[in-house]
Amino acid sequence: MNARTRAIAKKEIKQLLRDKRMMFVILFFPVFLLAIFGYAVNFDVKHIQLAVYDMDKSDKSREFINSLSSSEYFDISKIIERDDEIKTALDEKDAQCVLVVPKDFSKNLYGKREEAKVQFLIDGVDGNTATIIKNYVGAATQSFNSNFQKEILAKNGAKLYVPVSLEPIFMFNQELKSAKFLIPGLIAMILIITSVVSVSLSLVREKERGTIEQINVSSLNTFELLIGKALPYIIIALIDAVFILVAGYFLFDVVTSGSYLLLFISTLIFIIASTSLGILVSVIADSQQVAFTIATFASLLPSLILSGFIFPIEGMPFLIQLLTNITPAKFYIVCLRAVMLRGVGLEAFWQQLVYLTMFIIFFLGLATIIRRKKSA
Amino acid sequence: MNSIEVNNLTKIFGKFVSVDNISFNVKQGEIFGFLGSNGAGKSTTIRMLCGILEPTSGDALVSEYSVMKEPDKVKQNIGYMSQRFSLYNDLTVEENINFFGGVYGLEGKKFLERKDWVLNIANLKGKEKILTGSLPGGIKQRLALGTAVIHRPGIVFLDEPTSGVDPISRRGFWELINDLSDEGTTVFVTTHYLEEAEFCNNILLIDAGKLIAEGNSKELKTKYLSGSILEIECENVVVALDILQQQDFVDETSIFGNNIHININEKYKNEEMIKNILTGQNSIAVHKINKIVPTLEDVFIHLLEKNKKQ
Repeated sequence: MNARTRAIAKKEIKQLLRDKRMMFVILFFPVFLLAIFGYAVNFDVKHIQLAVYDMDKSDKSREFINSLSSSEYFDISKIIERDDEIKTALDEKDAQCVLVVPKDFSKNLYGKREEAKVQFLIDGVDGNTATIIKNYVGAATQSFNSNFQKEILAKNGAKLYVPVSLEPIFMFNQELKSAKFLIPGLIAMILIITSVVSVSLSLVREKERGTIEQINVSSLNTFELLIGKALPYIIIALIDAVFILVAGYFLFDVVTSGSYLLLFISTLIFIIASTSLGILVSVIADSQQVAFTIATFASLLPSLILSGFIFPIEGMPFLIQLLTNITPAKFYIVCLRAVMLRGVGLEAFWQQLVYLTMFIIFFLGLATIIRRKKSA
Repeated sequence: MNSIEVNNLTKIFGKFVSVDNISFNVKQGEIFGFLGSNGAGKSTTIRMLCGILEPTSGDALVSEYSVMKEPDKVKQNIGYMSQRFSLYNDLTVEENINFFGGVYGLEGKKFLERKDWVLNIANLKGKEKILTGSLPGGIKQRLALGTAVIHRPGIVFLDEPTSGVDPISRRGFWELINDLSDEGTTVFVTTHYLEEAEFCNNILLIDAGKLIAEGNSKELKTKYLSGSILEIECENVVVALDILQQQDFVDETSIFGNNIHININEKYKNEEMIKNILTGQNSIAVHKINKIVPTLEDVFIHLLEKNKKQ
C-alpha cells in the first residue's frame, strides 16, 4: 500500500471515528440483529398449548394424556368440560390444539372389537407448525400403542417383536437448534448490509459535498482511491464478524467446528464482494438518501429472502432458484455452514469462493462502465 | 514561457456546445483572470485544463503535458481549488493538511515544511486541532488554497475562490494570490467580482462558450470601448435611463448605484444635449455630468451587449 492510499484510509478512519451515529450503527447493529434473529426467529416448535377434553376420565385416558403433556413439546393450557368449549378454545387462541378423549376410550382399548378413537384438532392457520404438531402427536400415540401392546403381550407371557428399529442421528447440529442453522446466514446478512451501506454512503458523501472534485484533480488514481476508501470498512466488517461469532458463542452456543483460517478467507472474499456492490451503488446514486435506499434494498432483501438464510433454496420454484444467484450471500452461507457447522475442508466449498470472486469482478466491472458513461 | 497553451479546445455535451473552439496562452507566473457569466463555459474549461474532463476536440498543454494524452501527468503538476469548499469539514485543520499532503505523496521533512507554510498563510498556527467546519469562511478559503498548493505545483486553478467571502477577507486572499504569483506560480482564476479582475495581469472574457475579449485591464478599456463613458447624476433614474436609451448619440446605458452610465458615440456634441432632453423635454433635474474612466464592468457590459446583438 502506498502513501497516497494510506492517506485516504487514515482520513476515512478519522471521519468515521468522529461520526458517532455511523459508529453506533456499525458496531451496535450487528449484535442487535443477532439477538433479534437469534431469539425471535425460532423454528423450534416446543411448549405447544394443548387443551384437553377428557370425557372418559379413566386411568388409561389419563395415561394417554400424560404421554403427551409430560414431554416438553406439549403444555396443557386448558381443561375442557363441555362440548361447546372445544371451538372457543381454538377460536380464542387458548390452545393450538385440542385433544378429545371419548367416553368409551378405555372400554374400547381393552374391548379389542373396536379401535379406541381419540380426536385431535389442530389450528391449521400456521401450516408449518400444524404439521409439526401432527407429527409429534403421531409419534406420541405410536409409543403409547407399543407400550400398551408390550404390556398386554407381557401379561400373556409373550414378547413384542419389532421388525425394523429406526435410530436417526442428527449430524452437525445434534439438538436441531434453529439458532445454529440461522447464525451463518445472519453473519452473511449483517456483513453485506453494513459493508454495502457504509461504503456507498462514504463515497456518495464525497460526491454530495463536492470534495470528490478535489480528489479527482489530485494525482490519486481510481484504484488507489477505492482501496483507500474500502480498506477501513473491510477491517470494520471483519471486526463485526468477530463480534457476531463471539456473541453467537455466548448467546447460542454456536461453535465453529472447522478451520478458522478458512472461515477468515471466505469471510474476507465475501466482504470484498459486498464492498464492490457498495462501490457499484455509489456510482449509481448521487445523494446519500438514494444511496442508502438502494444499498439497503440491494443488500437486505436478497440476502434475507434469496440466500437460503431462512428459506431453503431447494424448495423454491425453478425460476426463483435461478434468481437466488444474484446475491453473493447465497454462496457465502454455503461456505459458512460448511466450515462452522460441518467443519469440512476447502474441497467441499471451493467453488463458492470462485463464484464470490466472480461477483467482485462483475460489480467492479459494471461500476467502471457506468462511471465512464456518466462522466462522458 | 507559456505555462498553459490552449488550442481550439471544444467541449460538446449532447447538442449543447459548452466551450466553442477557444485558443489562448497563459504565461508562467502570471495571474490570469477567466471571466464570464454563469454557464458561459468557465468551469467546463477549467475541468478540461485540469485533466478531469476529456475535450471533444482540440487540445491544451498544461505544464507542457497534453490534457488529451497525459491527463495524469497534468494532474501531478497542478493545484485546484473549487467554488465549493474542498476541505473536509469533519476533519481538523491538521488532519486536512495531512490528508492532502498524503494524497500528493509528500513525506518526511519536506511535508513538515509545507505543513508549516500552509498553517502560516492561513493564520492557523496553534489552532491545528480545530474542526475545519467551525472556521470562518475567509480562513477556510486560505486553508483551502494552502492545501491546494501544498505540493508546490507550477499552476494553480482557482474556480470562483472568493464567492461568498467578505470583502476584507477577499482582499487578503488576493494578496496571497499575488504572493504565489511572485514565487513564479501561474494562477488561473475565475471570478464574478470585476473589481478583482483588475488585479489580474491578463484577462479573458468568455460568453456562450466563445472568447470575446482578451488583454490586460488597461488594454480592454481602450481597445474595446471606442467612445467615452459619461456618468450622469439625476432624478428619476429609471425613467431617465429609458429616455437616454432611445437617443441616437447613446450606444449603451447602464445603472451604477444612483447614477447612469452612458456610452456615447461620435454624434454626441456636448452636455447640453443631455440636459435638453432630460430637463427640457422631460423635466428631470440633472445634477452632474462627468466624463469618467471606464471600469471593467463598463467594458464587459459593452462587450456582452454587443455579442448579444450579433
